[in-house]
Amino acid sequence: MKKKQKDGECKCGLSRRSFLKTVGVGAVAAAASSHLPAKAGSDEVATHEEMTKITLNINGRRHRLLVEPRWSLLFVLRERLGFTGTKVGCERGECGSCTVLIDNLPRYACMTLAIEAEGTKVVTVEGLMNGEDLGPVQQAFLEHDAMQCGYCTPGQVMAVEGLLRANPDPSPEEIQRGLSGNLCRCGTYPNIFRAAKRAAGLRHKAR
Amino acid sequence: MKDKQTDYYVKDVQVPETPAPKKAPKAWGKTEIVGKPIPRIDAYERASGTAVYPSDLTLPHMLYGAILRCPHPSAVVKSIETADAEKMTGVRAIISGASSEAQLNWPYSPDVRTRLFDPRCRFEGEAIAAVAAETPYQAWDAVRAIRVEYEILPFVADERDALKPGAASVQDGGNTAKKDMYARGNVDKGFAEADAVIEETYRTACELHTTMELHGCVAGWDGDALTIWESTQGVYSVQSRVAEVLGLPLSKVRVIGHYVGGAFGSKLQPGKYTIIATLLAKKTGRPVKMFLSREETFLAVGNRPPAVMKLKAGVKKDGTLTALSFSATGSGGAYPAGGTSLLDWLIRDLYTCPNVRTETTDVYINAGPARPFRAPGHPQCSWALEQMLDALAEKINMDPVELRLRNIPVFSQAREGKPPYTSTGLRECLEKGAEAFGWKEIRKKIRETGTDGNVRRGVGVAAALWFAGGGGPPSTIILKLFSDGSVNLNMGASDIGTGTKTVMALVVAEELGVKPDLIQIEYADTGTTQYATPSGGSKTVPTESPAVRDAAINVKRQLLSMAAEDLKTDVSDLTFRDGEIVSVRDPSKKVRITGISTLRKRGVVVGVGYRGPNPAGKVVNPFAAQFCEVEVNRRTGEVRIVRFLGAHDSGRVMDRLTFDCQVFGGITMGIGLAMMETRVLDKKQTGKMVNKNWHDYKIPTSMDVPADMVSAPVELPDPAANTVGAKGLGEPVTIPTAPAVANAICNATGLRITDTPMSPSRLIRRLAERKEG
Repeated sequence: MKKKQKDGECKCGLSRRSFLKTVGVGAVAAAASSHLPAKAGSDEVATHEEMTKITLNINGRRHRLLVEPRWSLLFVLRERLGFTGTKVGCERGECGSCTVLIDNLPRYACMTLAIEAEGTKVVTVEGLMNGEDLGPVQQAFLEHDAMQCGYCTPGQVMAVEGLLRANPDPSPEEIQRGLSGNLCRCGTYPNIFRAAKRAAGLRHKAR
Repeated sequence: MKDKQTDYYVKDVQVPETPAPKKAPKAWGKTEIVGKPIPRIDAYERASGTAVYPSDLTLPHMLYGAILRCPHPSAVVKSIETADAEKMTGVRAIISGASSEAQLNWPYSPDVRTRLFDPRCRFEGEAIAAVAAETPYQAWDAVRAIRVEYEILPFVADERDALKPGAASVQDGGNTAKKDMYARGNVDKGFAEADAVIEETYRTACELHTTMELHGCVAGWDGDALTIWESTQGVYSVQSRVAEVLGLPLSKVRVIGHYVGGAFGSKLQPGKYTIIATLLAKKTGRPVKMFLSREETFLAVGNRPPAVMKLKAGVKKDGTLTALSFSATGSGGAYPAGGTSLLDWLIRDLYTCPNVRTETTDVYINAGPARPFRAPGHPQCSWALEQMLDALAEKINMDPVELRLRNIPVFSQAREGKPPYTSTGLRECLEKGAEAFGWKEIRKKIRETGTDGNVRRGVGVAAALWFAGGGGPPSTIILKLFSDGSVNLNMGASDIGTGTKTVMALVVAEELGVKPDLIQIEYADTGTTQYATPSGGSKTVPTESPAVRDAAINVKRQLLSMAAEDLKTDVSDLTFRDGEIVSVRDPSKKVRITGISTLRKRGVVVGVGYRGPNPAGKVVNPFAAQFCEVEVNRRTGEVRIVRFLGAHDSGRVMDRLTFDCQVFGGITMGIGLAMMETRVLDKKQTGKMVNKNWHDYKIPTSMDVPADMVSAPVELPDPAANTVGAKGLGEPVTIPTAPAVANAICNATGLRITDTPMSPSRLIRRLAERKEG
């Protein structure tokens, strides 16, 4: 979990420091136990099931909704908002199927609470489309057959998108490293490397 | 071996017959579209995120299911208390062994059935109770609140301990699940004739499928009619099993399985979870989404069984194999599950050898039942046999490629009647693969580099065949050609990511001259598509493509007779050319397909195609050879795989892009077997699995595979196999990978690593032992 916000700046009203102090790092698991987060804006303790109002910025659009504090961003994206391009693979930060961009950085949506994502810009694979047309990274995956079953593909696409936003001309080694957080059990890695390189070219052209 | 055993992918499934096609067409010669590198036709859906996998589905009013599983490898459930859990927020139903609606039998095999929630739990992860709730969080809260009292029983967790005196009994009647023997010739005589004999014991660790999409389904009822969206390789096998367990007519069970996020054999059948989802849906009157957690999939949805293999082999100085003696133990877990399925096949049939004896023993242990895993038995056997070939080559001072070339089979020695193969590309795979890899040059270079330095290079080769891969009936395809020339293709088969849909579109495009992107495909739905066996056994392309071709030819025939009316000529005078039907005698007489008056009136032509039988008395098998180069750090035991080359004979290449992708994927999975994958059971204290997640159970990442992977297909279209000339590919690609790596490591270090995984710790230990020794 990278530290994205300064302490006390969390828009959901929780101080990040006090939140982490009470909940611990394994937030999803711990929130279900007796350590409960402080209720927004008061000293009262919220239960894990108490619905909290949040606003999420996803693919440039604002979504206002009620969430349980323990809900992951992944759960909210898929099961509450219908962004099912973001896949569920392990729900424990191992496989990268749920990779989204949070403020341009690839992050695991399963390891991010929905309330944590408030105040950030979330981009899912749906957000890379130009209307009904594939974005450059997606197009590169299509051309190089960088997929088989396709289940990890949106996560791989987001990892490449994140890599290229930070480093528009990655070396082969940087591509391999940039994709190391995303498992592909079908084993299409060599084609994903090719697609990433091609995507870099397509993105330059698009500019 | 009887053919019944060949079809592991339809094990225990009633398979109907389809009529034979009217007249087999001539095999294709050169093709226009088939074989080109064409992006898969559903790449858009997969890359855009619009493909709806079963786990993506949300239905109105849907609940979420979760299963309580036994935490012990062997136990009896004494009591279950669900009252507290039932009162929890959002909980809508709980079922367990005590529930009247759950009094069903589950067929672990045709002979071994248990209750759906059986109090006797024989492996960690057996289902005990299940919950449906408004959110998955609430469902899991409730699962944790169910109180269960267990009587914990003794267990056995290692196949090497299962038959020891005093070992806990997994099933009544002891721990021997199955014993198979095979013999031809006289191995004693064979060993006496040999110039060199080597004996070695090998072991491959248990591997888990760990598909990216979790196992599970969404199930919902409309009155007495059930619909299941299952993550599966075969909708019809799910339908028949669910109908059997629930006692429903087939027409009341509709199974839809459009997309599936990885399967590798573990989704050929439904699971208990499927039945549980239907029961929870029935009880609540609401659809239920039941997808397992990642940890559960490590325990309860199959594995590649571990295998201990003792192999003795004899060879003459000229490279002739004289005898192979093989004795192996595997374990399919706690129930009959094919723990030694096909484990000795490569010994019996890959190389010419007159004297062969094999013996395999499948034993029960208290672990999750196996499910078929990409080429059952073969990667394990290949691990032993291909390392042995390498060792024999060294002993008689012969190039390992050359030794294999000396023993190429021309017929299947282990099948009754010794039938010939329709095509044997093994020689070409080895020769062309070696050439493309630069085998001789790199071997020479490595020899000349000497033995100095801590980082050493090595190269290795391994070859393989795959027992199945010819496909066969049944298959029925319906093809609809619309008045504007576009097409709808209806087939029951699943596309598990191998590119089935794309290949079938290319077959239609080849026959009818329709652009692939004008072909809509309706598939994998028991409600709307035709019967198909599940996509497994590397048989989907050779099964379905000839049926698709037959349907396309059927459409063509109808178009020709319609055109004959328009052109006032005889059908025999007409031929297809570039989207037109032309008279042979008078080429000025022609009509565009879209201009045929009957087609315009009717709006559609419907053609049905069937899969014809395979050639009698012949065997259709794919062949393979793989080559790899490694770098071994002798200080750290780390291995870097520098490059890999796969030379595969799978008959005609149907789509070069998806073909190559399959080769890369098989090699990657084989690298997993070679380097890192191993199920670890705490066999002394608890019997529990200690690495049931992807942090501790490693699979290859982008850092573990070489970017330099080459697919060099040995394209030998096989007109005798079927009317498109293709053989299977999905499984042979992963068979020889691990021993190729082991042989390369041996080439680099002189160390023969007989057990998987070849982790740095294992390697460094062996290197240290050698130093001390």
